Amino acid sequence: MTSAVLDVRDLTKHYGDVVAVDGVSFRVGAGEIFGFLGPNGAGKTTTINALTGLVDPTGGEISVLGLAYPGHISEAQGHIGVVPDESNLYGEMDGFGNLCFCAALYGLPRRVREPRARELLDRFDLAEVGRRPFAAYSRGMKRKLTIAAALIHRPQILFLDEPTTGIDVASARQIRRLLGDLNADGVTIFLTTHYIEEAERLCHRIAFIVAGRIVRIDTKESLLAEADGSSSLLLALDGNLEEGARLLGESFPDIAIARNPEGNLLLTAADELELLPLLQRLNEGGVKVYEARIARPSLEDVFVRVTGIEAREMKAAEGRGRG
Amino acid sequence: MKAAIAFWAILAKDMRNYYLKPPNISWGIIFPVSWTLMFFLRSRGAPMDIKDLLPGVMAMSVLFGTTSMLAVTITFEKRHRSFERLLLAPIGLNLLMLAKTSGAITFGVINSAVPIVLASFLVDLSGTTWLTVLPAVLFIAMSSTFLGLFIAVSVSEVFEAQTFSNFFRFPMVFLCGLFLPLGDLPAVIRPLSYVLPLTYGNDLLRHAFLGAGVLNPAVSWVMLALFTALLFAMSIRNAKRSWIS
Repeated sequence: MTSAVLDVRDLTKHYGDVVAVDGVSFRVGAGEIFGFLGPNGAGKTTTINALTGLVDPTGGEISVLGLAYPGHISEAQGHIGVVPDESNLYGEMDGFGNLCFCAALYGLPRRVREPRARELLDRFDLAEVGRRPFAAYSRGMKRKLTIAAALIHRPQILFLDEPTTGIDVASARQIRRLLGDLNADGVTIFLTTHYIEEAERLCHRIAFIVAGRIVRIDTKESLLAEADGSSSLLLALDGNLEEGARLLGESFPDIAIARNPEGNLLLTAADELELLPLLQRLNEGGVKVYEARIARPSLEDVFVRVTGIEAREMKAAEGRGRG
Repeated sequence: MKAAIAFWAILAKDMRNYYLKPPNISWGIIFPVSWTLMFFLRSRGAPMDIKDLLPGVMAMSVLFGTTSMLAVTITFEKRHRSFERLLLAPIGLNLLMLAKTSGAITFGVINSAVPIVLASFLVDLSGTTWLTVLPAVLFIAMSSTFLGLFIAVSVSEVFEAQTFSNFFRFPMVFLCGLFLPLGDLPAVIRPLSYVLPLTYGNDLLRHAFLGAGVLNPAVSWVMLALFTALLFAMSIRNAKRSWIS
């Protein structure tokens, strides 16, 4: 990791008896895309709100670009951009007006903010609707303008809270591409999401957060490597799944055979699977194979395994604590 | 310079989006006209002392003009989360609150001019101490605005803001000597008048227009300044507790 632009130590936030964030620590390097992945209510939004100055932590230390909170919070806010989980620009103002207003909040003079607003409208494919009231935008357009507004003052760190939740596939893909481009331009990105695929596509490092605690934090490659020990194969058959499973089960007892939700056979083995003997056996048994595909281990497999275990352990520990 | 740009942007946006909308402008005109008309009808054709009514109508116009909009607009922006944009700006809470309240203060001062313009067609205002009128109106606008801010910080729904505002405003119409002299109030409730800032503002206006009030002007200036500072400080403290908690 390069020099840390975000340094969080033992961050804690209590709301009365409820512990929203429980001793979270992590560092984010310059130019990284850091993902915060967890289920709803895990503490993702509370963490991002604490990092951006919208929540006063109960305990812990936060330093953004070397500026320690709470003493230098306003200074730090000048260098960060925030995309909240809801598109919260002013409905009665048009897109261009919203961007200019946000630029003014960061002290940009008119001669700078107007060209910058036009540049961002172009970049986000919103130039044609720049004079339309924000309230009349589609959800995807609102999301894009909200991201543009967070970039108006050229922040060094961009915080995004569930940036693609509730929008159409095309807009989500465009937003992911834009985030990749921004990162290539040097912007550090802190992203919270509950879309595992999104984190897998975008992030360099990922933290899994469950019930306010980070249960795992690592590079995407290291997390995926955990699932690399085994190999999996997806077979699309002519419909005779039971017969195919019986033939393979009898001939290859070391292979685990299951039906996946799409109606294919999913074969998993501890060692590497060889395709040819499997196809030959099925052919001998009169079962046709339409497609054979190696199933890549996914971040979802790792996430479910790690967070599932940790969630159960935490529940047990909580129960013991009460007892 | 950056803070000044942000301050002006917030003020200009609020004036454009909220205060200069036709319903508010019409409110600023209709309200004092209606009250004056009510007193005219109540006088049943007898000569009406417009000059005696003017301080009360002015004070009430400022009070309703400032508190009605500020509490509602802040609550509305909090509800739609656009207020978070302002809290994320690198300007600090004090400056943000001053920027948000400046629109209401300006609107209140402009509102106070409507009764003066109307009265100028009906009575001679040449003996008025204008050097007292302007700062008195400004102080009434500031203290009323900060009362609205205090309300905005204390509630989370727009209807709560309206209800809570009326809880303060309507008693003030009767308790602050606007139309009912303080001396005519029952002795039991009279102390309440002295813990309401509008009492002091209205009395200063009476000194300015009529040359006679019931309180020492110096006391009124000090009390208005104290109420203004206290309401602002309390609002900031409550805002830190409830908005950045």
